[in-house]
This record gives sequence, C-alpha cells and structure tokens, in this order.
Amino acid sequence: MNEELVAKISDLQEEDALRLAGNIIKQGGDPNDVLAAARKAMEEVGQRFAVGDYFIPDLIYSGTILKGIVSIIKPHLKQEEAPKKKGAVIIGTVAGDVHDIGKDIVVFMLDCNGFEVFDLGIDVPKQVFIDKIIETNAKVVGLSGFLTLAFEAMKETVDAIKEAGLRDEIKIMIGGGQIDEKIMNYTGADAYGNDALDAVNLARDWLMQ
Amino acid sequence: MFEVIGERINTTRKDVNEAVSNRDANYIQEDVKAQQAGGATYIDVNAGSRAGSEKEDMAWLLKVVQQAAEVPLCLDSPSTEVLEIAYSMVQQRPMVNSISLETSRYEPMLSFLRGKDCDVVALCMDDSGTPSNPQEVVARAVRLTRGLESVGIKQESIRIDPVIQPISTGDNNSVLAMESVRGIMEALPGVHTICGLSNVSFGLPQRKGINRIFLTLLLASGLDGAILDPLDVKIMSTLRATRMLLGQDCYCRNFLSAVRAGNISL
Repeated sequence: MNEELVAKISDLQEEDALRLAGNIIKQGGDPNDVLAAARKAMEEVGQRFAVGDYFIPDLIYSGTILKGIVSIIKPHLKQEEAPKKKGAVIIGTVAGDVHDIGKDIVVFMLDCNGFEVFDLGIDVPKQVFIDKIIETNAKVVGLSGFLTLAFEAMKETVDAIKEAGLRDEIKIMIGGGQIDEKIMNYTGADAYGNDALDAVNLARDWLMQ
Repeated sequence: MFEVIGERINTTRKDVNEAVSNRDANYIQEDVKAQQAGGATYIDVNAGSRAGSEKEDMAWLLKVVQQAAEVPLCLDSPSTEVLEIAYSMVQQRPMVNSISLETSRYEPMLSFLRGKDCDVVALCMDDSGTPSNPQEVVARAVRLTRGLESVGIKQESIRIDPVIQPISTGDNNSVLAMESVRGIMEALPGVHTICGLSNVSFGLPQRKGINRIFLTLLLASGLDGAILDPLDVKIMSTLRATRMLLGQDCYCRNFLSAVRAGNISL
C-alpha cells in the first residue's frame, strides 16, 4: 500500500495526489495498488467526516480527486481487472418532493465507495421504484425526502413494494431533512440515516454480510 | 416594512413537538410572546412533521397561538386541506406558506387561494427541482405572480422565495440567491421577497454565523422579508444594524431603541 498516496488523497492534496498516482503508473506500478490506496483514503475521509473534522465540501472534493485518479489508471487496467462493484442500490426522492441535494450526495458517496447506484432522480412515483427493483434485482432501496409531506409518500412507496411481493427480499433505508426513528417506524422502512456516510454504512452492512 | 416571520412554532423542533404531544399550551404561548418581543411581525405555525395527525395538531396550535399572538400568523403546510381549516380559524389576515410551481402543489393551491384575502409565500420550485441561474428564478417568479394574480392575489401580497441552496454543494449558490433577489425586485415592482436562511449553511460548521452574514448580503440585494428565529439576538442585531446601514432606519431610531433596550449584540 502506498501510504504517501493514501495521505495525499485523504488530506485532499489534489495536485500532489494526481502527480503521485501518475508517477506510479509511469514507473510501471500496478494500477490496482493505486486503486486500493484511493479506496483506503476514501475510508479515511469518511472517518474524518464522521468525527466532524471534514464537512460536505471536503467529501465532494475527495470524490473529485478519486475520479481524477480513476481516469489516470483506467487505461492501464485490464478489462477483467475492472474493480468489482459491491452491490446495487436504488435511490430516489419520493413522489411529491423535488429536493435533490441530499440525495445527490448520497448517490455520490455510494458510488465513490464502490456500489452500483441507480439514481431514479426526483419526484419518483412508487411504481418506478418497483420496476427498477425487478429490472436490476437490487437488494437495497434508499428513499429520500426533505419535505415533511415526503413521509406519506415514503410510507406509500414501502407499502407498494410490500404489495408487489418484494418487501422480504430488500432492505429499505430512508433519509432527508427531518427523519427520525418515529418517522422510520411510520413509513415501515428498515433503517434511517442522518447523512451520506450512514447510507454507505447501511448499504455495506446489508450487502456485504 | 421588513417582515420577520418567526420560525419557532414548528413541530420539527423537538421541544415544540413535545409540547404539542402533551397539549402544553403554556409552553407554546410563552414561546410566541418571546418571538413577538424579539421582533417577529408574523408567527409561522407548522405541524407538518406530525405524520397522521397534522390537521388536529394544527387546529390546536392555532387556537393556542392566537390566544398569545398580537401579530398575524403564517400558515405553513403543503396540504390545502390543513390550510383550509387553518384559514377558517385565523382572527387576522394571515400569510399562507406556500405555493410553488410543482404540479402537485400549484393547481390545488391556486384553487385554495381563489378569492381569499391573505399574503402568499411563493416558492420558485418546479417539477425539475431547484433553479440553477437567476434568469430561471425570475422566470419562475413571474409565472407564480401571474398565476396568483389570476385568482385575485395582489402583487403587494406576494412574497417570492427564490429557494436558497447550500454553499457546501455549489460555490456559486449564495451569489445565485443574491442575484435572484435583485432580479425579482427589478422585474416585479410591488412584489416582495422572502427566504429562509439556514439552507445556505447546510453541511458546514459555524452555521449561525454564516446565516447571519448571508442575511446582510441578501438585505443589500433588496430582500424585504425573512423566516428566522427572532430569539437569536445576534441575527436580529445584524438585521437591525444592516437595515440602518442601508438607509432603512430614520435617524437610526430602531437600532438605537434596540440598543437602549439591551437587545443589540453584534
């Protein structure tokens, strides 16, 4: 593991990190090692966010750096070596709500952490969630909503998934502005999260057992 | 006239939620009185987080709030059913919060508002979500204003909310808000602007300070109403000092009165 690269990425030193990654590749280093270092750095970034040293702009910037690193190593990865995804997650802002900022951060963080993410966008009708579950066979669904009126739509979406006979196969997490345990119970979801990191940890727990 | 809509009677606040659950009228009324003393010109009432019981809770809150409030109320709900009950209960001409261009909200709100006598908060959101440039915000504001006029709401009763987006997710979001406020005030003379401040600091440390500085920037751009916590002495002080500096306080009367009352901390 190239600890210097891990440190440069987790300290958000974009220029240094990209130069270092480029040099490693130029000198014939293994692109998979670079990727492993980047992943370790992303975990460190998540940790710093969790303890309050890093904030949302730091998370977003770390994702930008990660994308830069991936674009450097991609041409050197053999097809069969393409990083395997950790599992699929379907995400959308529920019907009647068009807020996308929180959802987009969750999508971004799941993507950075190696999950395959199907982003259904905003104001998503319940049937669209159901169709996507059937189409992709994803086992985790994230329902986002900022407005209090989204609670009702979340409940309706969970109920519809139940009626479609899919509830037992999947885990549902909810998140947004004002969610707590009471709202989680009201909607019938399995878990709720306060931030994007919670979403990543929930997906990891559910998909990587 | 700058409108301060006191935001505290909202069941997303833990204390208020408990007071509503326990039907603790005293707690609510003390809070309302404190908001008035702090400078609120409207009291916002929102029971939207009470999934399943919003109607009864809103009705109870309105009854209790009005026993303590001298200023009018801002009826805050996405549901026209709740708003219809709320409107029938108010003793003073209220503000209604809010209409937007989202399909699920626009037509029902217009039918609700037809022929009613109230101020209206109009949110520049549509089915595509949040706006991305000031021209888009102004275009949405014009559509909202024309729609509201068609059901009898006068321009001076309209308060456009340009939709504040976090600076943590877009470096230009504060400038977007400032340019939007200026654009709306220029394109629609007579129409007012309003906004909540706290969205801007989402995801950042030092949120209160950021909100306060953001308020001064918006005031300088022409904002003439805000939804905030009137018990926050620092933000109210910033509001008073900034209005004075913008030439909106004759002989510095409001500012100096507040200083003498011990209400200014900058």
